[in-house]
Amino acid sequence: MMLNIVPKDSFQNGVHPPEHKDETSHLAIRRFAFAPQLIVPLSQHLGKPAIAVVREGQEVVRGQTIGEPDGFMSVAMHAPASGVVKRIALAPSISGTMVPSVYLQPFPASSQEVDDGEPCDVATATPDEIITAIQQAGVVGLGGAAFPTHVKLKPPDGKQLDTLIINGVECEPYLTTDHRVMLEQSADIFMGVRYLLRVTGAAEVIIAIEANKRDAERKLTKACPPDLPLSIRVCPVKYPQGAEKLVIKSLLGREIPSGGLPADVNAICVNVATTAEIGRLLPKGRGIQERVITIGGPGIQRKGNYRIPIGTTVRFALKETGAADNVSRVFLGGPMMGPAVSNLDIPITKGTSGITVFTTAETIEATGHKTVYPCIHCARCVEACPLFLNPSYLGLLAKSEEYMQMAEEFHLMDCFECGACSYVCPSHIPLVQYFRLAKKMVRKLNVPA
Amino acid sequence: MLIGVMALATLSFLFASLLVLAHRKLHVDEDPRIDAAYQMLPRTNCGACGYPGCLGLAEAMIDGSALPGKCTVINEDEREFIAEFLGVDVGAEEKVVARLACAGGTNVARNRARYEGLQSCRAAALVAGGGKACFWGCLGLADCEEVCDVDAIVMNKHELPVVIEDACTACGDCVDACPKDLFSLHEQSHRLWVACKNLEKGDAALEECEVACDACGKCAVDAPNGVITMINNLPVVDYSRKHNVKHAIDRCPTGAIVWFDAKQGPQTGRAAPKVIRQRARNVTAT
Repeated sequence: MMLNIVPKDSFQNGVHPPEHKDETSHLAIRRFAFAPQLIVPLSQHLGKPAIAVVREGQEVVRGQTIGEPDGFMSVAMHAPASGVVKRIALAPSISGTMVPSVYLQPFPASSQEVDDGEPCDVATATPDEIITAIQQAGVVGLGGAAFPTHVKLKPPDGKQLDTLIINGVECEPYLTTDHRVMLEQSADIFMGVRYLLRVTGAAEVIIAIEANKRDAERKLTKACPPDLPLSIRVCPVKYPQGAEKLVIKSLLGREIPSGGLPADVNAICVNVATTAEIGRLLPKGRGIQERVITIGGPGIQRKGNYRIPIGTTVRFALKETGAADNVSRVFLGGPMMGPAVSNLDIPITKGTSGITVFTTAETIEATGHKTVYPCIHCARCVEACPLFLNPSYLGLLAKSEEYMQMAEEFHLMDCFECGACSYVCPSHIPLVQYFRLAKKMVRKLNVPA
Repeated sequence: MLIGVMALATLSFLFASLLVLAHRKLHVDEDPRIDAAYQMLPRTNCGACGYPGCLGLAEAMIDGSALPGKCTVINEDEREFIAEFLGVDVGAEEKVVARLACAGGTNVARNRARYEGLQSCRAAALVAGGGKACFWGCLGLADCEEVCDVDAIVMNKHELPVVIEDACTACGDCVDACPKDLFSLHEQSHRLWVACKNLEKGDAALEECEVACDACGKCAVDAPNGVITMINNLPVVDYSRKHNVKHAIDRCPTGAIVWFDAKQGPQTGRAAPKVIRQRARNVTAT
């Protein structure tokens, strides 16, 4: 057994995939062109889809609300461009289902100015008013999970929050959006922190940054207003340092119980880009109609960080950035956790943190000669799993379809599919895919028919 | 020593008499026919009859709430044998089989991505819905063939499952297994069948699959009043009405609505194009 020394401000286990962040981390955020057609799904978040409040043929102004939240577990949707609603119909989504969406055709000659709404002032608004404002602004977790932020900010009854963690770790290879946001939008971030502090009542704020983003640390330290109870902590570079559970464990030494929430250990973790959006939108009463994504990977000629309208199709994004002819694999997000795309006509949503493109050359190198061998019980996956699960045994159970045993005895549902086990497996067993399938089956079995 | 033997002997006598008493007082008379009937059933517990396993059906047959015809797994002679044994009618229960609502084999349906990974439909469906252009279509990785205990499903050369109706017991395992919910259980007399679940219409549907329903609605017009209605761009057959109308499929321009012939299997209408392509269509990332 290898001696596992836990470095300061980090967690045990984990892996070190090549980062590939230098390719885009120095490139400033640029504005992306408006596509001739934007597809805005009404369900870009976890929870209930929004209700469309526009009709076909209606003209909308950029930033106008086109979907109202349906209940508390839902957020509003805003028009990403001034234009005309062509139709409201099904559109493909990354999850492989067809979801109701608004097809918007932007006016080519419009100045695309955004209308301001009713502002929400941090000094005077009550926490409940801010929560409603966040819901109306359509803010969801921009790190990738797209969980409605206002739901997260309202902890279960009886839970007190003492620490607010702003997560700027961004451990996923290729992605540099949070990095650029920290460098370019520090004022927005600190404004967002004020809103979040007011809502959560936390006494302390920690901004977590990975050691490969020292320039962002310097920038934020310099720009930090003296009245905020804020500290900036730098975590060592390790994947998956950016996961909510692991950030809290690394910085506070508190472990979230199995199946629990950060509120169970009196902490809350918000992505840094989400914080910046709250700080940017709420003072003006606007909603999310665009987001920052990294378009990178070996298959892209003009790599970069772009502020892209929500609803731009992957096809248009790849065309504009000069995708190679031999594009083979496209991921929404990074290569470790990002879902693969089977259809280039899917739109970029609020949960999309990047597009990573690989060509045939890398694909052949990565998978071309790799057959799947049986598990040899080398336990490399056990040493990689940041949650101390046993991926090796879980993989064997999944193969024999013992899904309930996986969930009840081996904590399958705690797995957040970081991919560290699959990454280190010398037998190339698709462990994460097994677990995703198993989790889906367990959820199906647990719901009484 | 003697006291020990005496004490144990007394105790054992006491417990023995307790057991005898319990056996006499709490005795349950079980009908011996239940076990006999159970032995005659297939004992595979497939559940197609709707009762909890074969023992459940045996009990129901004894108390008269079910007839031997409920069991669709055993053959006609065996059903008659049970009926004779119990002195009841066989009961004409119509055979129920699994039907697949997709006809998009690899020769007609387009793939927009090549799927690599676990060779299982349920796993593939979680990766952006699999590589098939049609989001509703069969992924062709044979999860249904694998779960079928009675070998009633075989994959044809175009990677599409074919139900062997004689072997199918309508247990519903394939219905549960299919991630795209393409299987459903139907009486064999339901010969009019819509073999497509694509909710798009017109060229959008045909671009994905040559045999998709393009929602033209001709079948709904041709069928007698109300047998076929167009709901969500798909024809829906109302099996509670008289649905024995083969001519409804004749004008279908794609062959999405079919007629299940007892001998020859699914038949497309006259207007449907005859697909002669045998090899799989290329993967085209449009």
